[in-house]
Amino acid sequence: MKTIQTVPFTGTKEQEQQLLAWLDDHADEDGIALQSLQMTQQIYGYIPKEAMITIATVTGIPLSELYGITTFYSQFRLFPIGEYKISVCLGTACYVKGTQAVLDKLISTLGVEEGETTPDGKFSLETCRCIGACGLAPVITINDDVYGRLTANEVERILANY
Amino acid sequence: MFRSHVMICSGTGCKSTGSEKVIDTFKKAVEAQGLSNEVNVVQTGCLGLCSVGPVAIIYPEGSCYCNLTEENVPLIVEEHLLKGRIVTDLLYKEAEEAEEILKLEETNFYKKQRRVALRNCGRIDPEKIDEYIAFDGYMALGKVLTEMKSDEVIQLVLDSGLRGRGGAGFPTGLKWRFAAVNDADQKYVCCNADEGDPGAFMDRSVLEGDPHVILEAMAIAGYAIGATKGYIYVRAEYPLAIRRLEIAIEQAREYGLLGSNIFDTGFDFDIDLKLGSGAFVCGEETALLTSIEGNRGEPRPRPPFPALKGLWEKPTILNNVETFANIPQIILNGPEWFSSMGTEKSKGTKVFALGGKVNNIGLVEIPMGTTLREIVEEIGGGIPNGKKFKAAQTGGPSGGCIPAEHFDVNIDFDNLIAIGSMMGSGGLIVMDEDNCMVDIAKFFLGFTVDESCGKCSPCRIGTRRLYELLEKITSGNGELEDLDKIQELAEHIKTNSLCALGQTAPNPVLSTLRYFREEYEAHIVEKRCPSGVCKDLLNYTIDPDLCKKCSLCAKNCPSECISGVVGKEPYVIDQSKCIKCGACQESCKFGAVIKK
Repeated sequence: MKTIQTVPFTGTKEQEQQLLAWLDDHADEDGIALQSLQMTQQIYGYIPKEAMITIATVTGIPLSELYGITTFYSQFRLFPIGEYKISVCLGTACYVKGTQAVLDKLISTLGVEEGETTPDGKFSLETCRCIGACGLAPVITINDDVYGRLTANEVERILANY
Repeated sequence: MFRSHVMICSGTGCKSTGSEKVIDTFKKAVEAQGLSNEVNVVQTGCLGLCSVGPVAIIYPEGSCYCNLTEENVPLIVEEHLLKGRIVTDLLYKEAEEAEEILKLEETNFYKKQRRVALRNCGRIDPEKIDEYIAFDGYMALGKVLTEMKSDEVIQLVLDSGLRGRGGAGFPTGLKWRFAAVNDADQKYVCCNADEGDPGAFMDRSVLEGDPHVILEAMAIAGYAIGATKGYIYVRAEYPLAIRRLEIAIEQAREYGLLGSNIFDTGFDFDIDLKLGSGAFVCGEETALLTSIEGNRGEPRPRPPFPALKGLWEKPTILNNVETFANIPQIILNGPEWFSSMGTEKSKGTKVFALGGKVNNIGLVEIPMGTTLREIVEEIGGGIPNGKKFKAAQTGGPSGGCIPAEHFDVNIDFDNLIAIGSMMGSGGLIVMDEDNCMVDIAKFFLGFTVDESCGKCSPCRIGTRRLYELLEKITSGNGELEDLDKIQELAEHIKTNSLCALGQTAPNPVLSTLRYFREEYEAHIVEKRCPSGVCKDLLNYTIDPDLCKKCSLCAKNCPSECISGVVGKEPYVIDQSKCIKCGACQESCKFGAVIKK
């Protein structure tokens, strides 16, 4: 099995307080497991095991159930991501216009596979299903910047901006 | 009163090409010219012309400016808004008749459209409730609450013939009636805004461009079935839609159009947002409800149907965004008005997200029964680069491909099913001769393999095995009997899966196999990909007669497998090292690199 390099947990007291405050506010609501994880990711940028334990302790939802929910939804991350998140749209409109070549080029240029982060922590490479900018296909986003009508040749030039 | 209105699209498509900056510059420029009291700059929802964004329309002239940048703005403000001279160079032009300048409504792209669900998209500022109200907003809710019994509302929706726009086409009024007749202390109205089909963005455009219509329709549904609580389940991938919904809910509560005692009639209804977290299966109704409850979004067996036991085991209706967007208009204009559009069994209009190999990429709303040819050739402006139409894919990973032989089919729910596809939520991806149908089938199946929730084995294991068979074919190892295996396995998955995801997952394979069997056979028998897509069956070579010995290909080759001497010896590709990325072909300016 492939192992993924992890970094040590660096959560702060403030982050923990923020999570606890949210849990306290929503203590009497039904079905907050998913929402509490969404909040955790908003606070930490990913879902650390430590935060999951906090949620389990406060709410009584079993840790196994929280882990099950986390791994079910593709937006949740169990590991921190790089400074720049590259998302390659693999929606149909982008696919028929050749987004695979762009992805291949990113993989070879960055030296990481889909779902991984470069060792210097700078870029994470992810794929997504349709961001809805089909008029610009093929599209990638780097954090909030959108690059459209791409060809593989432009990849290096774009990465040089970061 | 303003003498001019500048409507600038701020949908996701135009936003990603920089419409925010254009809006900002427009506002500043209008102010700088002292026109603030005369010219109104409005950020609107999607106008549909996503491929030429950012787009702005200036009324009363109806001039449609496209591909705007900040730099164009001062010129438009000075010439058009100040001096009344339209800047013709920047106007939208139809591909074929670049000479003629038309109003947007007169263009081929628009003139066959009939905007019902999208009526306010591009016409109002979605962040201002007053603009929605100015265009008859919340009037339908008022009429329903003050003049109609709940049963009359349901009958009216039934009479209109409205069918669910999320894919399956179930009669909306019937769904409401099932929930209405079940007694319970609490019922729920849910809106499915988990638009997951790759290449579909109709619902997003409604949410971004006209969020109040959804709130109004949900309140009407709540009154009809006796529910006081609503949830909108929206994908986390749509941040703008989420923000606009939040603003809309806030404003509606402030105006007393959501909350308790609406219109002083004693009717209470409120709506909350629930966010998805990226799971395609959550578009399935029972999975969506399970996800709202905060769990893994796995589907449940039906019956019991949600109308009896839905969210938290209470009677629940779940309708798609576009379905809801039709409701207020049906109430105001009457069921006959709605059923006058469309075909015998599919009434009204349908919004399609037109994408892929077509000139006018964007959002179109057409009466049901429009032919595929009209959509692709007239509204879509045909296929770019003079290529030939091969197929259109509808229904996303649950649908199928419509080949050229059915180009004249009237698009409605039943006709599409008859030819092996389905309406789906409305993605319509056009493919030309460069697209390999085996590869497309594999692409969609790869999607369902990823997105299968894993609860039932026909879907979890079956789709994976089916994918492997396709992979075997595209890698050149296929045998003819694999086609029979595919057929058999596909039928098993269809009949035995728990939810619609599995039941429809084999459709892309079955429909391509039905219409493009010869392409599958070429991969298997001749070990050849006729469209030149499947890498394992491709070879790149350099024609020594065409090669200008410039070395550009060798410089661009990531695996350094091209050798030659600048100006002296033509370049040659070492086939054993070639990774078939196509970089050489893209870089060659002389067409010397040949793919076959």
